[in-house]
Formats: sequence, structure tokens, C-alpha cells
Amino acid sequence: MATTEAGIAPRPDQAGLTPLLEVEDLRVEFRTRDGVAKAVNGVSYTLHEGETLAVLGESGSGKSVTAQAIMGILDTPPGFVTGGSVRFRGQDLLALPDDERRAYRGRSIAMIFQDALSALNPVFPVGWQIAEMYRVHEGMSKKDAKNRAIELMEQVHIPAARERAGDYPHQFSGGMRQRIMIAMAIALDPDVLIADEPTTALDVTVQAQIMQLLADLQRERNMGLILITHDLGVVADVADKIEVMYSGRIMEQAPVHDIYASPAHPYTKGLLESIPRVDLKGQELSAIKGLPPNLTNIPAGCEFRPRCPYARDICKEQRPALAEVVPGRFSACHFAQEVLDGDIEPAQQ
Amino acid sequence: MGRYVTRRLLQMIPVVIGTTFIIYALVWALPGDPFAGRCGARPCPPAYVQAMTDKYNLDDPLPIAYVKYLGSLLQGDFGETFQGLSVGEELLRAYPTTVKLALVAIAFEILIGIGAGILAGLRRGSFIDNLVLVSTLVVVSIPVFVIGSVLQLFLGMRWGIFPATVGGDASLYNLILPGFVLASLSLAYVARLTRTSLAENRRADYVRTAIAKGLPQRRVIGIHTMRNSLIPVITFIGADFGALLGGAIVTEGIFNVPGVGNLIFRSITTRDGVMVTGAVTVLVLVFLLVNLLVDLIYGWLDPRISHG
Repeated sequence: MATTEAGIAPRPDQAGLTPLLEVEDLRVEFRTRDGVAKAVNGVSYTLHEGETLAVLGESGSGKSVTAQAIMGILDTPPGFVTGGSVRFRGQDLLALPDDERRAYRGRSIAMIFQDALSALNPVFPVGWQIAEMYRVHEGMSKKDAKNRAIELMEQVHIPAARERAGDYPHQFSGGMRQRIMIAMAIALDPDVLIADEPTTALDVTVQAQIMQLLADLQRERNMGLILITHDLGVVADVADKIEVMYSGRIMEQAPVHDIYASPAHPYTKGLLESIPRVDLKGQELSAIKGLPPNLTNIPAGCEFRPRCPYARDICKEQRPALAEVVPGRFSACHFAQEVLDGDIEPAQQ
Repeated sequence: MGRYVTRRLLQMIPVVIGTTFIIYALVWALPGDPFAGRCGARPCPPAYVQAMTDKYNLDDPLPIAYVKYLGSLLQGDFGETFQGLSVGEELLRAYPTTVKLALVAIAFEILIGIGAGILAGLRRGSFIDNLVLVSTLVVVSIPVFVIGSVLQLFLGMRWGIFPATVGGDASLYNLILPGFVLASLSLAYVARLTRTSLAENRRADYVRTAIAKGLPQRRVIGIHTMRNSLIPVITFIGADFGALLGGAIVTEGIFNVPGVGNLIFRSITTRDGVMVTGAVTVLVLVFLLVNLLVDLIYGWLDPRISHG
């Protein structure tokens, strides 16, 4: 399979600068009793300071696993990084020994998880859990660390932070818990923040508040933000760039507005068409037929072929590489240009 | 919290009344003459029978005799045995030994049980893990009196490493062997419980968060994983402590430990009803109180449990 050299090229306006984070041809597999599941198959992307990158995909597309591999928090075994590199300011993290790599976690790259209730330790007060960042990484005294933790809780808009620092995670609402996760993640002022479905477990109004908070914090601190989600709506307002993942590979990569206006991959197109829209009220909602491929047995040819309405014979034989369609836009489809132009008919079946 | 404790204490009243009544009824309502063989080979003289019948209210209907007994219990009077020994004093003499024995056993459960469980849980599938699994299975499968007798024979008599029996001198050193035997079964459970709990928690989301925070491995395991993993283990050990305070009839019998178990066993064989009822009442109370304590500790270990 062709590598995706083109996909990691810095954006023109930032050419010359070392990107904050460069993921190149990353491969992860899970060795389970039922076989080897190839969860990530050659993913490449770059992230610059102050940039928001949205990684989009359905469950099992490898978006979270990619993030875990970047963080170095894969469950090993069964998960193994089998290839590629993750460079932070030019330093390949995958080549570092464990204890040197640990220094990057939390300080350079931090992560927020989907379900804050299970991601926070149930038996320690939230203030303690935030303060732990300062105590362990900066050797701060208990008292100073606690005060810093309270400041952070105020920054993420937790009411009565000082009184509530001694409370336990289960005593907070879902939105407040996610704010605590965020406070913990930004404690050491990381350069990269990875948010893995940060709003999925929350109700809609709270989702908007959390996204707003993330966007504000990112702007204030000029962080690079990787936003992992399956919700196209969440992405539209905050992201600069979108990576659409499917079956462990990037299917399409483009600036956010272009992708909404005209997708260059049938999968992206299918995703966009499956968003409920007010102007199509009363009509049947379009859905992508079928299921994602079994990762222990990914079919030859294009991974999306079995579900693709435009699939042709060539799709059965050749796996399309991620290639530039028009400047700044990449798609892994044999008919990317045609899909982009709306110039292709569904295959006869 | 105060209300919770009060409620639990009040709940104990019916339990104590129920258990003591059952024991009392079982001891005194059993068919057979309570004075048979009491006076050697001859039948007891009528005056003695009359005096004892009066003393233990044996002519009253069972419920009335029980209420009279309960009345004196409430005044702290456990009564006297047929030999005229004070039940309260006998219990007071036997109890410290049982407490000591229980503490030695608990120490083994904590040191060896939790220790082995941690080693096994951190390295699942390793040699240590399999060793712990197999050896605990063996221990669980063998009855205590076999383990006790075998260890007594080898460690106590053949090799003379530990004293084979305890007798009158219940020093901690003398109690090591019986304590270990007493702990053996629970120790195996503690090891397995720790192992499972630890292995489960290692995959927990909050452990992944702890790693993502960049904490050193020993802190991730020693603080974040361990604290959660040990909650069920500590609860189990606490409940087991309550059970151990009830005396261990078999182990105390094998090693001749002058504890409560031994006392109850002797009283049952000599049909000394007052002693049996008195001892069991105390055991029930102790068991209930320890369990209340365990529940309170559980609430303190796991803030999600509230006793509001």
C-alpha cells in the first residue's frame, strides 16, 4: 500500500515550521485470541500550534486507538504499535524508553476521555486528582498544589471551586466532571490536547458549553487540539482540518469548510447525508448500508467497497492510496475527482 | 452517619433476642435428663436436683425461663455453670486468647494473602500467578483439621520449628502455627480475591487516566490501582475477623488453645447449657458489632457508598 507522503505535508501557510505533532504511517494491531485485529493501518497527520484537527469516524474506525498510541497508553498486550512514528517537535516518541516518554505525557501531550465518571478515580477527591499533576510533575507542596488545582477549577468555570475541591467525582454532574477532566489535562499547560469524544456522554446543551470551553482554552493557550468524534455537528464550528477515518485508515483529509461543501470520498458523502436536516424534514433519513469490515479480516481492495454505492471493478482489486485531489484536499478513492464534482452515478447492482 | 449507626444498633436487638432464644431453647429443650451423669455413677440426690432446677428455672415453661435468663443477662449476669463457675469470668479468661489468635490469623491473611494476590495479579499468566492459583486451590480443598494435624506433626513435632501445642501459655510465638492454620482457608480466598480485583482494576479507565497524566508506574499501581482493588479485600478480611473472634473449635482443639472455641466445645460435650448460651450470646454480639464496623470502614474506603 502506498504511503501517504502527501498527507503529512505542512499546510502552505506554515511551511518551514516544524509541526507540533507529526504522525506518520502509524500502525497498531491487537493480538487477540480470535486473530490479529489491524486497528490502525498507516495513519498520518500533522498538527500545528493553535490548530484544531478533527478526527472523524464511526466506532471501530481506529480514531481512539490512534490517539492512545500517540499518548502511549495502549493496553499492551493486546495492543501493539507495529510501525510508523509519532514525532513531537521533531522527537520520535515511539523511539523513547518508557520513562523518558512518560515525561511527555501530561506535560507536552494531554488527553481528555469520553466518560469522565469512569476516567476519574472514584476514591479520590477531584481537587486531589488535579493537584496530583503539580505534586508529581513539579514537586509542589500539597497546599500549593491544591491552591493551583482550585484556580484551575475556577478557570474551567466550576462554581464554588474551593468548597467543591474535596468532593468526589460521583458528586458532580456529567458536565462538571468533564470540566474537571479538562482542568486536569491542561494543568501543566500542554502543547497538544487530545480530546477523545469529550462530549459524547453529555446532553446537548452541556455539549455546546464543553466545546466552547475547549475552544476558548485552546485559543488562550495556543494549543494544538485533536478532537476525536463521530459527531459531524460538533466538528463544524471548531475544527480547522478534518481527517475522516475508516477501517484504520484515513479516507479523506481536508479543511473543514471544503469537506462540508463538497466531500471527495463516498464515505464522507454518506456520513454527511446521514445528518438529519431541517429542510429534509419528513423524508427518509439516508444511511450508509452495511457494517464496517471486521478488522481481523479486512477485505482486499478498497475497505469501503462493500458499502460504497459507486463501487466499480477496480475497487475490488486495488486499494486506493490517499492522494491529493485538488490542492490541500486528499482522498483515498479511485474516483475522488468524480465524487468531488458530483460526476458519478451509483453502480448498477 | 450517626443515624445510620443508631439504626444498625437498633436492628441488632431482634437479632440478638432471636439467636439467644434459639440457642437457649436448643440447649434446654433437648430431650434427655440434664442431670444424667452429673453426679458420677449414682443418680443425683433429690436436694441437688431441686436446687439446680430452681437455679435454672427448669420448672418454668421455656419462654418464661428464657425471659428470666434474658433479664439477668441485661444486668450483666451470665449465670453460673453446674460446677458453680461464673460464666462471665470464664469467658473473660478465654477471650483474650481467641482475640490474639484471630489477630495472628489476620496478620497472615494480610501479609501472605494480599502479598501473593498482588504478585499474581500484577503478572497474570506468569509462573508466580500459576503457583498462587494452584497452591490456593490445594489449600481450599483440604479440610482445616488435615492441614492443622499435618503442620502440627511436621513443623511442630518432627522438626520442632514451632511449639506443637499452646496449652496454658498463649504467647504470640506459641500462636504462630495455630494462627497460620486458622488463616489458611481465608488466606487462599484473600489471595484470589486480591488477584482478581487487581487484574480487573488494572484495565479500568481511571488507571488509563493515571498513565495519561504521566504518573510513574509505581504511583499508578501503588496508589490509583491498589486503593480501589483493596476495597473488597479489606471488607472480606474485616468480616473474616468477626468470624474468627467467634473462636475456632477445630483449630483450638488441635493445638489445645485455651480460647472461646475450646470453651464452647467442652461445654457442649458436658452439656453445660449456661456456658453455651452465654458464650454464644457474646459471640453473636461481637460478630454483629464487627460487621457494623466493617460496613463503616467500607463507606470510608469507598466514598460512593454513603451511610447518610
